[in-house]
Amino acid sequence: MGRIQATFERLKQRNETALIPFITAGDPDLATTEAIIHALVENGADLIELGFPFSDPMADGPTIQASSERALAAGTTLAGILEMIARIRRHTNVPIVLMGYYNPLLSYGPERFAADAAEAGVDGLLLVDLPAEESAEILGCLQQAGICLIQLLAPTTPLPRMRRLAAVAEGFIYFVSMTGVTGVSQVDVDAIREQVLALREMSPVPVAVGFGISTPAAASAVGNFADAVVVGSALVKVVAAYGTSPELALRVGSLVRSLKEGLR
Amino acid sequence: MYSYPDGNGHFGPFGGRYVAETLMPALEELEQAYRDARNDPMFQQDFEDYLHQYVGRPSPLYFARRLSEHLGGARIYLKREDLNHTGAHKVNNTVGQALLARRMGKKRVIAETGAGQHGVATATVASLFGMECEVFMGTEDIRRQSLNVFRMKLLGAKVTGVTSGTATLKDAMNEAIRHWVTRVRDTFYVIGTVAGPHPYPVMVRDFQSVIGEETRRQILQAEGRLPDYAVACIGGGSNAMGLFYPFLADESVRLLGVEAAGLGIASGKHAASIGAGRVGVLHGNKTFLLQDEHGQIDHAHSISAGLDYPGVGPEHAHLHELGRAEYQAVSDGEALDAFQLLTRLEGIIPALESAHAIAQVVKLAPTLRRDQLIVVCLSGRGDKDIHTVAEAMGVELN
Repeated sequence: MGRIQATFERLKQRNETALIPFITAGDPDLATTEAIIHALVENGADLIELGFPFSDPMADGPTIQASSERALAAGTTLAGILEMIARIRRHTNVPIVLMGYYNPLLSYGPERFAADAAEAGVDGLLLVDLPAEESAEILGCLQQAGICLIQLLAPTTPLPRMRRLAAVAEGFIYFVSMTGVTGVSQVDVDAIREQVLALREMSPVPVAVGFGISTPAAASAVGNFADAVVVGSALVKVVAAYGTSPELALRVGSLVRSLKEGLR
Repeated sequence: MYSYPDGNGHFGPFGGRYVAETLMPALEELEQAYRDARNDPMFQQDFEDYLHQYVGRPSPLYFARRLSEHLGGARIYLKREDLNHTGAHKVNNTVGQALLARRMGKKRVIAETGAGQHGVATATVASLFGMECEVFMGTEDIRRQSLNVFRMKLLGAKVTGVTSGTATLKDAMNEAIRHWVTRVRDTFYVIGTVAGPHPYPVMVRDFQSVIGEETRRQILQAEGRLPDYAVACIGGGSNAMGLFYPFLADESVRLLGVEAAGLGIASGKHAASIGAGRVGVLHGNKTFLLQDEHGQIDHAHSISAGLDYPGVGPEHAHLHELGRAEYQAVSDGEALDAFQLLTRLEGIIPALESAHAIAQVVKLAPTLRRDQLIVVCLSGRGDKDIHTVAEAMGVELN
């Protein structure tokens, strides 16, 4: 059983919703990212979503755009991120999902990436701009390496398409809570409840909900009907505010703790 | 028999649909609507009527006698897209897409723009069809193209400045995509070139093919035979694709695309995606891109805002790989020289984009015989570039 599945099964037994924090790798630098990940895990994160930066993040709002720019300015590369993950793997079994855009991975070489990422201890991959129709070109090598390609679904996804994509989903499904970019507006809990419940019915894997969840109250409300909640921009803002300050781990830890409390 | 793209929008290994899931249903809906419209004689008749009565088509194919004599080689014909309403080829496509938006019941259009020509062409048709219009434009381009910014505002469009990245066309496109994701249910995204996710490359090519269809007819009428060369500048490549497409099956016609070499390929400050790029994925399609070894997109540079883009339409990437079209690059300096040459010899002030195509003709024509024929797409007029040209010549305007 993979780390993602094992984590969700453990949480299910405890009747808990998973908390998935997102941060950008290399913002402000990789050493700090490593420290943040430890703080996230110690304070209740169940799975880590780690963004790898791209120069043109088309699905992201200003907060994560700026975060990607800081990471790139610090010289962050996919190779460097994989090395950091390998270091983290010596200390924790938390599942790690890399999230980003296709081009840096295409440039690295999908086959080489799959092998290196699996060796470093990556569990899943989420590519914002690689829909199911185009993913055949990397699916084979990911599956061979044992890395899940996480499927994104959106409120605009029609039911038949949702059913078709859910049926072949791996790891978990990431349901985007709204039409829009990351971190700009707040999730409308009532508007998505039915869709998420329907999705859980048809999906063989857990359903995570992300975009627009920034407070413990919102996380708790979504957690009532989702298997996992993703919090990104709210956390990235803390990283932006405290940068390399010694207070950073403390601040990140307390936000994650308060988010997780509402999910138990 | 050339029959690209395939059913999934792929031109060989290029093209496709690399977008967020949120946009996939909108693209499928657009593809379906476009397929229906293309097969609907009423839609085609509407399109032709607007091109004829509103845009002023057909545009002339003008024999540039003095330029031909000066260069001392082939006979050079200019396809006068600069004489279209709004002053460039861009309007052919925006009329088509606005008619499609109207057919789909969308009352709101958005667009990205570099030089401002596509923004103006979109604002124009939005005004014509009574649609709300928002144009995304890099703040660097807003500075370079203040005249077009004011034109868009006069036409009733909202111009939204984009400060991220290099604040040019690429970043305007990022922001337009972000906005489209947010308002996808009521907004039609009018892409200005033969790039982006399927069906945009094929749809824009089809709307722009009127350039090549007319040119083919006109040169046969004027000379009784097909040209030896068809030449056009390439940013994303819509005027070139429009010119090339109707000649694809005519193997005797050599197709020549002209990219912007900026300060020279070796300087790294250029926009020659085919000449010096690598295959990658950006803005919804797989194509040649300017990028670093890690797959981060590089800054493009060109004196011409309309060519200042680090990618190229996927069908050009494919034609390059097939060897059916050839791609060369022309520097800022060569384009400026051609700009002045055409202005002085023919009394035609070309857009800086089109001046790149002219500059390639300046190199090519003297190597050909006097009975050989070149058609070159004069994609737009140069009024918008007067400030840039003055600055480059060291002339201060008020």
